[in-house]
Amino acid sequence: MKHVLAPIAALLALALASPLALAQKKYDPGATDKEIKIGNINPYSGPASAYGTIGKTIGAYFKQVNDEGGVNGRKINFISVDDGYSPPKTVEMARRLVEQDEVLLLFQPLGTPPNSAIHKYMNAKKVPQLFVATGATKWNDPKNFPWTMGWQPNYQTEATIYAQHILKTKPNAKIAVLYQNDDYGKDYLKGLKDGLGAKANMIVKEVSYEVADPTVDSQMVQLQASGADVFFNITTPKFAAQAIRKAFDSGWKPVHYLNNVSASVGSVLTPAGLDKSAGLISTQYLIDPTDKAFANDPAVVQWTAFMKKYYPEGNLIDASNFYGWVVGQTLVQVLKQAGDNLTRENVMKQAASLKDFSPPGMLPGIKMNTNANDFAPIQSVRLTRFDGKQWNGFGEIMGK
Amino acid sequence: MSKRTLILIAVLLLAACVLPFLVSNYRTFQFTLVLVYAIALLGLNLLTGYNGQISLGHGAFYAIGAYTTAILMDKFGVPYWATLPVAGVVCLIFGFLFGLPALRLEGLYLALATFALGVSIPHLLKYHHLEYWTGGVQGIVITKPSAPFGLPLSQDQWLYYFTLAVMVLMFFLAWNLLRGRIGRALIAIRDQHVAAEAMGVNNAIYKSLTFGVSALYTGVAGALGAIAIQFVAPDSFNIFLSITFLVGIVIGGLASIPGAIYGAIFIQFVPNIADELSKAAPWAIFGVLMIGFVYVMPFGINGAIRMLMARFARKAQNGSSSSSATQSSIKTKETSR
Repeated sequence: MKHVLAPIAALLALALASPLALAQKKYDPGATDKEIKIGNINPYSGPASAYGTIGKTIGAYFKQVNDEGGVNGRKINFISVDDGYSPPKTVEMARRLVEQDEVLLLFQPLGTPPNSAIHKYMNAKKVPQLFVATGATKWNDPKNFPWTMGWQPNYQTEATIYAQHILKTKPNAKIAVLYQNDDYGKDYLKGLKDGLGAKANMIVKEVSYEVADPTVDSQMVQLQASGADVFFNITTPKFAAQAIRKAFDSGWKPVHYLNNVSASVGSVLTPAGLDKSAGLISTQYLIDPTDKAFANDPAVVQWTAFMKKYYPEGNLIDASNFYGWVVGQTLVQVLKQAGDNLTRENVMKQAASLKDFSPPGMLPGIKMNTNANDFAPIQSVRLTRFDGKQWNGFGEIMGK
Repeated sequence: MSKRTLILIAVLLLAACVLPFLVSNYRTFQFTLVLVYAIALLGLNLLTGYNGQISLGHGAFYAIGAYTTAILMDKFGVPYWATLPVAGVVCLIFGFLFGLPALRLEGLYLALATFALGVSIPHLLKYHHLEYWTGGVQGIVITKPSAPFGLPLSQDQWLYYFTLAVMVLMFFLAWNLLRGRIGRALIAIRDQHVAAEAMGVNNAIYKSLTFGVSALYTGVAGALGAIAIQFVAPDSFNIFLSITFLVGIVIGGLASIPGAIYGAIFIQFVPNIADELSKAAPWAIFGVLMIGFVYVMPFGINGAIRMLMARFARKAQNGSSSSSATQSSIKTKETSR
């Protein structure tokens, strides 16, 4: 009897010990029992400072999460720094956040040029560059850059959808394009050309501008002079507002496609002039908080209450503030899924395991899906038209 | 150089060699940048401090050196250490070519011409037709070199030692240059160029060559900086960089070799300190600190240290021979009456 007792006791001990071992906490720099350090780089100053409000919204949202108990009992320590949309500054800030502040991950760094500058560095250091605030195609490359993941719909996909719409509604159009001279602008342009395929010669004029330029008025004059009747506007908010206003004021009234990243009523269309923005076509994947049809939607109600309490100076008609809220919820979901295993590797694994995740704020029918070969959470959009007061979605949900 | 100075330099070198093992990788990276700026400031000091030619555009040579390295490493796969001499020579040529027409300009007019150079460089780098080489607004990302021969050093530590070695070599060369005939010629041109010409110093050749050598130093610094930061983009090399260099040499100490090191420490760390003191207006704090330094130390940090050392030496001397000195002075006073 005695011989049997010992091995049985040992087996029992082993059986009891294993689940405890599984539930053991694992941390990488930035995560402890009490907090999770999240780094963020946003343009609070400089030519893209209209996007700075996203960082503020995310900070406010994390404060709400902390007030409600945090994520799995841990408070989020959100460290957000300014890079002025300048790639060299982004490199410096990324180094500081990763090496000096020792954050667990970099969340939502904003802008295609800034993220391009730190792309290799983040992957070399094996620190997640998660849910970057840009839609460039290159963020969806898990084989070569397993630590970088996008969030919003791909620019090329969006432009292809515009191309298809043009081919369907105006097959003999002459297209003019204004684009920002960097990877973001060129990504959209490529999407348009690919979408037009054999009819890419419909593009009669393409003109670029630099982020450092004060205005795009001279470019707009050139585009109008080309005699085009369709205009694809690939600009960030400051320049989008200028272009919309100039297109109207100069009497050129083309069919005007506006890229999604500048479709905010508050930060672009209002400065441009709401009446001058009538007829603009863009795409959406989130609910537009200014859309009267969604005024009583639980997501909009929830968001409005959040803004009033945690970010009262935030603009309620700026879609960027809605965007920040939804992407913040996405990170919280990933952290929740990670549980007590807060290693960087597990964070990426959880981010690549989103299954039909649709937090409040997504357009009905659009869900986030990721897997080991697909680092693009949102891949569907819907066309929408501005009527002078608000955006109205039309057509069905398109995309991959 | 006195024996005491040699011992001091040896001690400082030893401290510099031990430093990477005492601090984090990030701090080592920051100290590498201090060394890089020291080389750049020495270059500018050669031109402005020792030769009196003011330059508000040295950021341009820093940029040219950085981009030479980046393009060679990225497009041609040249190893990082081989790019340094190339960057140096390219900047030497550019500097000399710029120095030639600049001979006609003095003082403020030269300042304007160099300002034009400094202000145009970011736009030239973004120029459409050069984009294939320069990478345009997005710039060029460089892979970080690792320690050779499998040495147990991290990349940051290896780069620090590499930069330190280059810096010591270049400082030695500059010191050697300045203490001889050429150094005296440079200073003569700065102080009284007409008299210098009358004494047989060929102003034109010396001034242009100084421009070239100064550009070489700053270009090599730019190359090292690019390797350390692993990234070059046009916006890193705006006019503010040129002005920062000027601030560095004035605060560090014009016409002094150690001044370059003090200035480098200032321009690397003081903006970070200002940033921590105030998130809203860091440059205002930086300005206040700068004015404070200039007010308290009008001859730069180097000047202040030398004055302190001189006062110290005088006190030591007075202390040992005070009694005999006063007695002899009383005697002379009596005899003169």
